[in-house]
Amino acid sequence: MKQLVILSGKGGTGKTCLTAAFAHLAANGPLAGQVILADADVDAANLELVLQPTLIEQQDFKGGKVAVIDQETCAACGDCQAVCRFDAINYTDGLYVVDPIACDGCAACVYQCPTGSIEMREQLAGKFYFSESRYGPLYHANLLPGQENSGKLVTLVKQRARLQALDEQRELLIVDGPPGIGCPVIAAVSGADLALVVAEPTVSGAHDMRRALETLQHFGVRALVCINKADIFPAGTHQIEAFCRERAIETVGQIPFDLTVASAMVAGEAVTAFQPQSAASLAIRQVWERVSASILEKKP
Amino acid sequence: MRIVVASGKGGTGKTTVAASLALVAGEAVRFLDCDVEAPNAALFLNPVIKTRQEVGIQLPVVDETLCTYCGRCAEVCEFHAIAVIGKKTLVFPELCHGCGSCTLVCPEKAISERLDVLGVLESGRTPSGIDFAQGVLNVGEPMAVPIIRELKKWDTISLRGEISLEATSALPGRSLRLEERSPRDDIEIRDAPPGASCPVVETLRGADFALLVTEPTPFGLHDLKQVVEIARELGLPAGVVVNRDGIGDNAVEAYCAAANIPILMRIPMERRIAEAIASGQTLIDAAPEYRARFRELLESILARAA
Repeated sequence: MKQLVILSGKGGTGKTCLTAAFAHLAANGPLAGQVILADADVDAANLELVLQPTLIEQQDFKGGKVAVIDQETCAACGDCQAVCRFDAINYTDGLYVVDPIACDGCAACVYQCPTGSIEMREQLAGKFYFSESRYGPLYHANLLPGQENSGKLVTLVKQRARLQALDEQRELLIVDGPPGIGCPVIAAVSGADLALVVAEPTVSGAHDMRRALETLQHFGVRALVCINKADIFPAGTHQIEAFCRERAIETVGQIPFDLTVASAMVAGEAVTAFQPQSAASLAIRQVWERVSASILEKKP
Repeated sequence: MRIVVASGKGGTGKTTVAASLALVAGEAVRFLDCDVEAPNAALFLNPVIKTRQEVGIQLPVVDETLCTYCGRCAEVCEFHAIAVIGKKTLVFPELCHGCGSCTLVCPEKAISERLDVLGVLESGRTPSGIDFAQGVLNVGEPMAVPIIRELKKWDTISLRGEISLEATSALPGRSLRLEERSPRDDIEIRDAPPGASCPVVETLRGADFALLVTEPTPFGLHDLKQVVEIARELGLPAGVVVNRDGIGDNAVEAYCAAANIPILMRIPMERRIAEAIASGQTLIDAAPEYRARFRELLESILARAA
């Protein structure tokens, strides 16, 4: 079983639309029945909006804990506030109160409280889902707005997806990654055999693509690059290609700017299913051929 | 007045809107790029970076000559970042949140702390006179929040270099608390990261207004709702900018009407604008007619947040 992760650095370059199209193409090609999908962008989980799957199973995801002060026994000494490094304890109207949004869950205050008035309470941080989509099983999740531990939830989603893939001896796990390079990205990248970085020929897109590539290199994951909306700024596209050539990173195709991508999203369809002959669909099909060949042939 | 430009979904135009707002804000405006994983505002605002400071969290350092291996540190650590195994106390930097619990509870006072660098803060001025600062997360580091937290503590005086940067301590929790700061009538614009988890919350905390940039697509709407919930929980007034207006559907508009969130601006999908921004131009340079519109947007935000 191989793991492909789709990344970008910058948000909105087309990771999810591409993942959905890959799922569609895989389900209608030689890899039919061989693919499992995981949406690792748990705080903006959009893959289900395109795939519109049937929910099979859901679980609560308990994230970190937060401190709660018992006002009955609190002596209002302020020791808790003094040790809190997260500015999470407010003093208002003679009471010390924990701001659950700011609380990091470290429990430093619990151990400093002379009256033992603070306890840690587990928080519901999100939901984990397993669904069947028309293009195969989908593992996904929803982090409640503002919650922490998105990396842990990503890890849970991927673990479960991986287990099913191994159980059923499926060939490929496709992971739709989050933007950025921080904790959820690192969790999404972990264990991947290949990453596809979806670049955009904009100054921001190129800048963030470099950060994503550096992150992949840091963790020793091989990367391919495709350029989305390639015709919006041809000079930028050439620069990205030159950059990749210099570093021996393979570029696997250019996808033109095409408004059918947005229409497909509104229709709840992968663009390659919605309008198979559109310019974007034809280009994505070629990218998929190269990516799937690259991940399944390359021996680790 | 602290205005955060956020979105939920990435690539909706946060930086475009934030940079344009800063450019029309006139004197006494400062810009904080809080998208420390993918900081892009400098590409458009072109600040001359004058200062650079490493930031991070405080990691425990165990003095083995004092340690009695009692294990109290490991017991209190909620993140399993410190462990006692036989006659050895191990610290796992990648798990540590820098909270200081272990340091506080160690009965032998055997734990001191050192700065574990997660990234840098950079600051300077743009050619148009905007005080600019950004945080940049080091590649391979997971935690963005401590950098955002430090970035927010920088005030205009330190940005202007009139106070030595060393004076702005990098220690978490040592700066002035937000509510103790003196009120300011200047404008601060924070460019938020995408998503709806802790880095976005940290960017929004202590702000006065959330300007939410979205696109009229199912993805844009889904992720907008997430950030609206955060803004509500924090009690922040919010308004929406619909970017790429004309693509997708009308669901964002219907949601905003139902949720009683004003749509303060619409930026139509125009290829010439997309091309200009791709090349590194700001929106108001590419399409000067937007200068007056952003000025109106700013006035409208100032009126709503007052």
